[in-house]
Amino acid sequence: MSKSEPLVRVTERGLYCAAGDFYIDPWLPVDRAVITHAHGDHLRAGNASYYLASAGLRVARCRLPPEAPIIALPYGEPITLGNTQVSLHPAGHVLGSAQIRIAHADGVWVVSGDYKRDPDPTCEAFVPLPCDVFISEATFALPAYRWQDTQQTAREILAWWHSNRSQGLASVLFAYALGKAQRVLAELSRLTDDRVFVHGAVAGLVEAYRAEGIAMLPTLPATVAGAADYRGALVLAPPSAAGSPWMRRFGDHRTGFCSGWMRVRGDRRRRGYDRGFVLSDHADWPSLLRTFRETGAGRILLTHGHTDTMCRYLREQGVDAAALRTEYGGED
Amino acid sequence: MHRFAALFEALDTTTSTAAKVEAMSAYFARATPSDAAWATYILIGRRAKRSVGPALLRKWLLEESQLPAWLVEETYASVGDLAETIALLVAGDGSAGSDEADVSLSEWLTQRILPLTRESEGERRAKIVSWWHRLPYAQCFLVNKLLTGSLRVGVSRSLVTRALAASLDQPRAQIERALMGAWEPSAAAWESLRSPDTGLDSAQPYPFFLASPLDGSPEQLGDRGRWLAEWKWDGIRGQIVCRAGQAALWSRGEEIITERFPDIMASAAALPPGTVLDGEVVAGSAERVLPFAKLQQRIGRKKLTPVLLAAIPAGFIAYDLLEWEGDDWRSRPLRERRAQLERVVRHPGMPAIGISSALSEASWKDLGAARQQARARSVEGLMLKDWQSTYGTGRQRGAWWKWKIDPYVFDGVLLYAAPGHGRRSNLYTDYTFGVWLNDALVPVAKAYSGLTDEEIRRLDAWIRKNTKEKFGTVRSVEPVHVFELAYEGIAKSSRHKSGIALRFPRIARWRTDKPPAEADTLENLQRVLAVQDGG
Repeated sequence: MSKSEPLVRVTERGLYCAAGDFYIDPWLPVDRAVITHAHGDHLRAGNASYYLASAGLRVARCRLPPEAPIIALPYGEPITLGNTQVSLHPAGHVLGSAQIRIAHADGVWVVSGDYKRDPDPTCEAFVPLPCDVFISEATFALPAYRWQDTQQTAREILAWWHSNRSQGLASVLFAYALGKAQRVLAELSRLTDDRVFVHGAVAGLVEAYRAEGIAMLPTLPATVAGAADYRGALVLAPPSAAGSPWMRRFGDHRTGFCSGWMRVRGDRRRRGYDRGFVLSDHADWPSLLRTFRETGAGRILLTHGHTDTMCRYLREQGVDAAALRTEYGGED
Repeated sequence: MHRFAALFEALDTTTSTAAKVEAMSAYFARATPSDAAWATYILIGRRAKRSVGPALLRKWLLEESQLPAWLVEETYASVGDLAETIALLVAGDGSAGSDEADVSLSEWLTQRILPLTRESEGERRAKIVSWWHRLPYAQCFLVNKLLTGSLRVGVSRSLVTRALAASLDQPRAQIERALMGAWEPSAAAWESLRSPDTGLDSAQPYPFFLASPLDGSPEQLGDRGRWLAEWKWDGIRGQIVCRAGQAALWSRGEEIITERFPDIMASAAALPPGTVLDGEVVAGSAERVLPFAKLQQRIGRKKLTPVLLAAIPAGFIAYDLLEWEGDDWRSRPLRERRAQLERVVRHPGMPAIGISSALSEASWKDLGAARQQARARSVEGLMLKDWQSTYGTGRQRGAWWKWKIDPYVFDGVLLYAAPGHGRRSNLYTDYTFGVWLNDALVPVAKAYSGLTDEEIRRLDAWIRKNTKEKFGTVRSVEPVHVFELAYEGIAKSSRHKSGIALRFPRIARWRTDKPPAEADTLENLQRVLAVQDGG
């Protein structure tokens, strides 16, 4: 590999590693796709083969056509692709999320995918990997984004639910169907035993998580209108259900939204939910900086989010950094 | 303070009006009289005197955050609120703040925040910065808001009076009236709300009655004869309150503007004590009203020189009589109030006070034709008022309608975008539009409102992907999107590159059907200005 040819670069199909002849989270169909995690902007249908972490196999199956050829790799076990050794390592984003470590004669590159450093009972914690180049997300790369303790957020959700329940109201909590919803169910299971109703888009993924041994509150499908009494219940639904006719079955209710964006009051007010809970599966500003330090990488490349901001900040701190133009960023 | 912080959070995290009223009532029930008075003061949107300016807060924030200046600016632009940006960047975790939480709202204001105005910059900095680091997030945010006098809570005044009426067991109208005018927050003021007749200031105005916009044709209002029709004057709504030998002029913002209008007040001196008039402060007089831009020039000047008073005289166009001979006339029908008003204003010696004449057009059709001349007369359209109606409080639909003229429109091209504030923070929603001058686009208007949330999201995503250049937080974009903009008038301006300034521009619709080449020209707008000023 010549100096002018980086180990991973952006092509029209996605991030491409020529030395190993594979793509990472491609946005157009390719022969070999190595996948960081199963969110829609990273895992797309139509690839001839998929490499992903075994822990995420069930989840990925929920999101791909049944015939999709998947090669599942345990965390930390390298395989050879072309002239590279590729291994997957926990990213702490959602169940089965992985950083892609690519070792080549010229050096080691790590592609983080999406990640967080906060504790999450539903997935293995992020492991910092020493590397030469670290390709990172930058979704919340503004110093305003600092997460509070997750258990504090869980207690706030519980208090909101109970306060609504005391008024005979249903609590409809919007959270991304993959990852966030299960994290809420797992966090709440430390505080209560009550059952929670879930939207159809959430239910299948909850089952996939349960099959992987993740402990969560008992769930029931929020199915046919009028079939259940939703007064006082907590309902988990994807944000796309907000304002849809599906909501009618709950009668008088309050709405909440779990997201890192809820850290900023303007975002909370604009989105029109009754409550915003700060809960993110992405790294906040301090965690991004800490992670860059811990990898020891001499060069940081940023894929999506506030890439320009982080880039400028790092350069001013004497870190070699650049932004990549990718098509990620559909989730959270 | 923690109780007020909890109230603020309760109000900020619900969209249910019943829940808001309940939260306020619960607060009033437990608060001390002075806390309740301060909370009321803040909830109805009054501002305590600002004890430190935003420039200093920004300077200190920069020093305390230990971040580069551009990053603090960028964060501020994204968050859209200085008090919140400070809390997000430097608020402590509150672990050291348990004793701080016990300091009450009124103590915070009277003992800590308001005295700052008398202290040196160094003393102010030391105190404020220590609050930032010691207070938990929510209180840090609120204290910053109180420091800058810019705390806005998402409750309407009528919700606050509902909660007060329930807590104090007083009629709402009573509370409304007691809250008007120069209401100073104190334990005594709270007691006077409890027994309203004792504490009324002699210059207290009445709550203004507001009109609702009329959609569609006035035929729906029934018989033309039931309605008083007047011009909708283009000025500042005001009340002349004349009691005990003293006259005061109040704006709708409940500020005393007496000193700004010596010409009007000279005439008001001739009114008998116990008279309150509702009307419009305009540039010019009832016979010849000048464009609103003239009134703005007059308001904008700090010093009222004789030259200015002669060049832009002000007049008061009265349209209602609220008090006569010391009696509250608001519950009498408009017909009766109006007849008496005519007798009062007819009195000689009041050249700057005129009457808003009743339009004589006998049919809705003729009235509609008269409305078309509104622009030439520098008025905003028509007012329609039910002859039988009493003078209400706030915006109660049915008795008073405003039938405004359609705005001017033009097609402009989106040139620049900047992040919005408040509920539009983090989105590019402050737009600058241009029109053609030869082969170049010149900026002519900024607009913030008019798009749906969905359109805002679409445009925001497009702006981020099609940025040409960044100037701080402002982005220039490819000039491809055309918008129809509505506005109320044009004035000449030497401060703008285009030489014109538009009044109240807002987006009417996104013209996805129009290419930028078909946007308007500066010449077109100059022509409107010429016609407007010439007419």
